[in-house]
Amino acid sequence: MAVQKLPIAKAINESLRKAMETDPKVLIMGEDVGKLGGVFRVTDGLFKDFGEDRVIDTPLAESGIVGTAIGLALRGYRPVVEIQFDGFVFPAYDQIVTQLAKMHARALGKIKLPVVVRIPYGGGIGAVEHHSESPEALFAHVAGLKVVSPSNASDAYWMMQQAIQSDDPIIFFEPKRRYWDKGEVDTDAIPGALHKARTVRDGSDLTLVAYGPMVKVCLEAAAAAQEEGKSIEVVDLRSMSPIDFDAVQASVERTRRLVVVHEAPVFYGAGAEIAARITERCFYHLEAPVLRVGGYHAPYPPARLEEEYLPGLDRVLDAVDRSLAY
Amino acid sequence: MTVESTAARKPRRSSKRTAGAGAKKTAAEPELVQLLTPEGERVEHPDYDVDLSAEELRGLYRDMVLTRRFDAEATALQRQGELGLWASLLGQEAAQIGSGRALRDDDYVFPTYREHGVAWCRGVDPTNLLGMFRGVNHGGWDPNSNNFHLYTIVIGSQTLHATGYAMGVAKDGADSAVVAYFGDGASSQGDVAEAFTFSAVYNAPVVFFCQNNQWAISEPTEKQMRVPLYQRAQGFGFPGVRVDGNDVLACLAVTKAALARARRGEGPTLVEAFTYRMGAHTTSDDPTKYRADEEREAWEAKDPILRLRAYLENAGHADAAFFEELETESETLGKRVREAVRAMPDPEPMAIFDHIYADGHALVDEERAQFAAYQASFSDGEGN
Repeated sequence: MAVQKLPIAKAINESLRKAMETDPKVLIMGEDVGKLGGVFRVTDGLFKDFGEDRVIDTPLAESGIVGTAIGLALRGYRPVVEIQFDGFVFPAYDQIVTQLAKMHARALGKIKLPVVVRIPYGGGIGAVEHHSESPEALFAHVAGLKVVSPSNASDAYWMMQQAIQSDDPIIFFEPKRRYWDKGEVDTDAIPGALHKARTVRDGSDLTLVAYGPMVKVCLEAAAAAQEEGKSIEVVDLRSMSPIDFDAVQASVERTRRLVVVHEAPVFYGAGAEIAARITERCFYHLEAPVLRVGGYHAPYPPARLEEEYLPGLDRVLDAVDRSLAY
Repeated sequence: MTVESTAARKPRRSSKRTAGAGAKKTAAEPELVQLLTPEGERVEHPDYDVDLSAEELRGLYRDMVLTRRFDAEATALQRQGELGLWASLLGQEAAQIGSGRALRDDDYVFPTYREHGVAWCRGVDPTNLLGMFRGVNHGGWDPNSNNFHLYTIVIGSQTLHATGYAMGVAKDGADSAVVAYFGDGASSQGDVAEAFTFSAVYNAPVVFFCQNNQWAISEPTEKQMRVPLYQRAQGFGFPGVRVDGNDVLACLAVTKAALARARRGEGPTLVEAFTYRMGAHTTSDDPTKYRADEEREAWEAKDPILRLRAYLENAGHADAAFFEELETESETLGKRVREAVRAMPDPEPMAIFDHIYADGHALVDEERAQFAAYQASFSDGEGN
């Protein structure tokens, strides 16, 4: 059946399965990805069907996971590694930034590093410390890496296919609080390009740009604003490196207002980059400064405070009102 | 645990080293595998041996001499301002040539940044090693053309790459092996411990070849470890062995045995080549500030090249003509390296944007175009 209704976690699971069936060089690696099927069950069933040679439960050592994946990639494999949670990626950050990102360039293009690093990220699930962070800007800042995040099941399926097929290292941020959101996945479709943004709601008064878990919040905000007679366009960025600035620019040239929404801290975040570039490109189109809604310059708070920290409907609508007031 | 070797299949004679095996050891100093004393006397070891023809012995000597000559030339070129930096291997020729000549062509090497002698054994043109030190690239050679990976500057990172590569070798069902080179300082890094763990858990065909050259820039080994380095392997569940790193024959024998073990599917080995970096860590530091002259003098008496020469001469394996010819060859190499470095072109400015991504990246394309336009603005002004 070509079209299925799947939760995001299952869509990724199906995508990994297809990739493994298609290419015997695709490997899954990570902590608990085997018999358990991952703490979010994203790799559920793969161990049973592909065996321990291809679905590799690893020692609890993130640098080791990424470092050995680099070696396997150099040997011709295409490892897809799972970092169990966002805040656990930092032991592997050195391998990702100093090795994975740069090796292709250092070899003057003679070797390729087709490694996908999957990271369930973001908050909203009431987790303990280090389980709710959004470190995407730290990776997008590094040349040699590509950074993407799907917001729905169809993208989760197709973007994972494309990430695995890419010869570049890709950091694949999975919005963990959306893992159980269902959506239609057409496995026979012709997917859009991995790094193209998509307008997920048309509007004429203001553009909301988001990616990953915040796309849903922005769509809800746009629907609420509609009731007040405001027409809000929502652009799902899908890729944080590269960023499809052309799509954002085209939208802003129509709506003349832009609010960027993400869970990550606003300071030095993706919103800062988008605001700067769009101001440069659209200065004479803008009716208001580009506004940003996101996390604070504070450690991700304990779970009982995360609703205050995370951008929700009201904070997005507040920014919309501030923009429209100019 | 010890490493099996072909020699080990013979009945064991004694666990003690045979007489004449070198200097007296204190209780705190572990035994070294040694086949050639600092005086150039051939000795036996119960577990390791090599059987080499006179021609092969001369070959090892030639490798060490030419490697030292190359290294000296590079050091001189740095002093002349032709290289921004050089990491000399002076004193470590036996460790590198001995281990390097133990390898088969289909084995794969992951070096740190000082393995000029291993690169020599792999057939990498030595002038290729100088690009990164001159500042024209960050590596530049194709790792797959000689199965010799790029130099890795972040300490110990490559031990994980080697382990992953070896896991791939095992998955492929191949019987080649992988060698990860690193130093005593790198042994303190978490990545090295993780590489030990992964290689043991997956029984990866990898040999960890640590050149313990006693100093990590100015940090002595006392700042890296409280037990002899090779003993660490035991805690990870694989054998470790300490070899006289200034004895090319012992390094060859021990590495061969470790590689054979890996090929048999018996997993990793840690080889600690106990050696000495006679020069500075790199041309940027000054060892006179942190270590005593007497220490270097004591190690000079164990020089790997002099001891093999003494053996070659005493055993009648090489005549004066051989040494003279080698001297000429050595000078020719030095001249070739000198000329190659000076002729090395600076990269084109646009190279900044080359090979960042295999599949392209919109931002790189945009910045490349901006940079090209900026560059062109100068030539337009001059030319028109």
